[in-house]
Amino acid sequence: MLKISNLNTFYGHIHALKGISMEIKKGEVVSLIGSNGAGKSSTLGSIAGLVRTQSGNVTFMDKDITNMSPHNIVKLGISLSPEGREVFPALTVQENLRLGAYTKKDKVKMSESFTRVYDLFPRLKERIKQTAGTLSGGEQQMLAIGRALMSEPQLLMLDEPSLGLAPNLVLMIFELIESINKQGTTILLIEQNANMALSVSHRAYVLETGNISMTGNAKELANDPRVKKAYLGIG
Amino acid sequence: MDKNLEKGKSKNFILILESFIEKYKVPIAGVSALILLGLPFMGFSQYIMRIFIMIGIYSMLALGLNILTGYTGLVSLGHAGFYAIGAYTASLLSLKLGANFLVAAIGGAVLAAICGLLVSLPTLRLKGTYLSIVTLGFGEIVKMILINWDKVTNGTLGLKNIPRPSMFGLKLTLVNNGMYYLMLVLVALITLLCTLLIKSKIGRAFMSIKEDELAAIMMGIKTTRYKALAFVISAFITGITGAFYASMIGFIEPNSFTFDISTLIISIVIFGGMGTIRGMFLGSAILIAFPEVFRFLMDYRFVVYGLVLVLMMRFRPQGMLGWKSQMPYKLPKLVKESLKKNNKDNLKTQQI
Repeated sequence: MLKISNLNTFYGHIHALKGISMEIKKGEVVSLIGSNGAGKSSTLGSIAGLVRTQSGNVTFMDKDITNMSPHNIVKLGISLSPEGREVFPALTVQENLRLGAYTKKDKVKMSESFTRVYDLFPRLKERIKQTAGTLSGGEQQMLAIGRALMSEPQLLMLDEPSLGLAPNLVLMIFELIESINKQGTTILLIEQNANMALSVSHRAYVLETGNISMTGNAKELANDPRVKKAYLGIG
Repeated sequence: MDKNLEKGKSKNFILILESFIEKYKVPIAGVSALILLGLPFMGFSQYIMRIFIMIGIYSMLALGLNILTGYTGLVSLGHAGFYAIGAYTASLLSLKLGANFLVAAIGGAVLAAICGLLVSLPTLRLKGTYLSIVTLGFGEIVKMILINWDKVTNGTLGLKNIPRPSMFGLKLTLVNNGMYYLMLVLVALITLLCTLLIKSKIGRAFMSIKEDELAAIMMGIKTTRYKALAFVISAFITGITGAFYASMIGFIEPNSFTFDISTLIISIVIFGGMGTIRGMFLGSAILIAFPEVFRFLMDYRFVVYGLVLVLMMRFRPQGMLGWKSQMPYKLPKLVKESLKKNNKDNLKTQQI
C-alpha cells in the first residue's frame, strides 16, 4: 500500500533520514520504534508532505506522492494524528471532528464518520459541546485520533499516541488502535513505548540515527536481544 | 484562597449576566434596536451624533480586523492602508466618474481586497511579529503613495468636496440623519456577514489556523489559501468602511490614515475581546468615546488611554467581553437519551 524507497531528508545541513526504505501492506499495523532523534517523526512528516525530501520516493497505492502538498495527501487517504495531541483547544469536540472531515464534501458520509467515531469513543459523545482544551489528556488523545479518522483514511499514522498518558489510558488507547485496525484501517504507529507498540503490531522497523537498523515480525523483534536491551530495558 | 474565591465570584457574575441575557433575549434585542433607531430623535447635538457615527465606523473596522487577528491569528498593523485605499478609490470614483455611493463603495472595497490579496501572497510564509512588521510597512507605503502620486490623489492637499451618498432621490447628510442610518445598515450587514462567516466551514478553518497551524494542515486545510482569504475579507470590510468615512467627512488627506489609526483599530480588537463579535462594539464605544469625554484632560488623555490599555493587559488579557460562555452545556437529545439508557442499565446490573 505504502512504499518508501531510499528516502533522504535534510533539515538544513542535518541529514535526518539517510536513505530509508520501508513498506506497509494493506490491513497491517506497522510500528516504527527508535529513540529520541532517530528520525521517526521526520519519516511521518516526509510521508505526510510536511517536510520536503531531497531524494527517494514515497508511493501510496501505486501513486507517487513524494513532496506532494499535505492537503492533497490527506485527500488521497493518509491521515496523521500529530505528536502531543494537537487538538484545537478553543473549539468544541464537535467542531474539532468536523474539521477532521474537512476534505469530505458528502454530508451522508460525514454523518457516517461521526457515528463511527462516536461508537469508538463513547466518551467523546458525552462531551460533544465541551471545548477540547477542557478535556483530560486521554480524552484529548481520543479526540486527536477520532479527528484523524474523520477523513476516512486508508492509512492512519499515529505519532506517539501514548505520550504523557497514565498507564491504564495507554492500555485503552492501544486496544482502540487494534479495533480501528480490525475495521480495516491500515496503521503506521510511532512509539517510544516499544513494548506496547510491538504487542499490537504485525511488523516493526527499528530506526537508529536516520537508518533502519532492524526490521521484521513484531513478535520476533520483541524477543531479539538487541531490541530487548536497547528499547525494552531488559537484559 | 482569597484569589480563588474572587475567581469563583467573577465566574458567577458572568454566568448570571449570561443567563439574564439568555432569558430576556427578545426584549433586550428589541429595546436596543429601538434605542439605536430612535437615537436621532432624542435631541442629541450634531456633535454627539457624529461621535455615534464614528463609533459605528470603528466597529466596522474592528470587525474587519477581527476576522484576521481575532479568528485567524494574523496580526496586522497596516489596516489604515486598506482603509485609505477604500476611502480614496471610492472618493475618486464619485468625484471623477460621478459614480453613486454604492458603486463607489464597492469599487473601493474590491480594490482594497485586491491589495489585501497582493499583500498576503508574499507575506504568508512569515509568522507572528514578522508578518506584523510587513503589514506596518504596507500601511506606510500606501500613505507615501497617496502623498506623492499628485496627479491622482492630489498629494498632501487631499480630496475635497466628496459627495454625500444619495439614495432614492434623497441626499443623506448629517443633518437629516441619513448618514447615521446608513451607518446602522452597514454595521448590521457587516455584523451579519461576520457571524455567518464564523459559523461556516470557512470560519472553522480560520479558527483552526489560529489554534494550531500544523494540526490544521494535517486536516487537509489549505492554510495558505485560507490565510489569504482572511486577508481579502478583512481588507474588503475595511475598504467599505473607508468609502463610508470619506463620504461622511467630505474631505480626506493622507494624514487621515496614519499609523495611529491602525493601532487604534487593533487596540479596539484587543480591548473588546479578540475573537468575539460583541466585543468590537463595546471596544469601539469605549475607546472612541473616551477621548471625547475626557477632553478636559486634553494633553493627557492619551496618557490615560495608554494606562487603561496597560491595566487591561495585566488584569483582563482576554479583553472586556472576551470570556468563554459559562452557561451549562446543552447536551444534544441523542446523547441525553443514550446517557439515560446507560444509567438504567447500570441500575439493572446493580440490582441483579
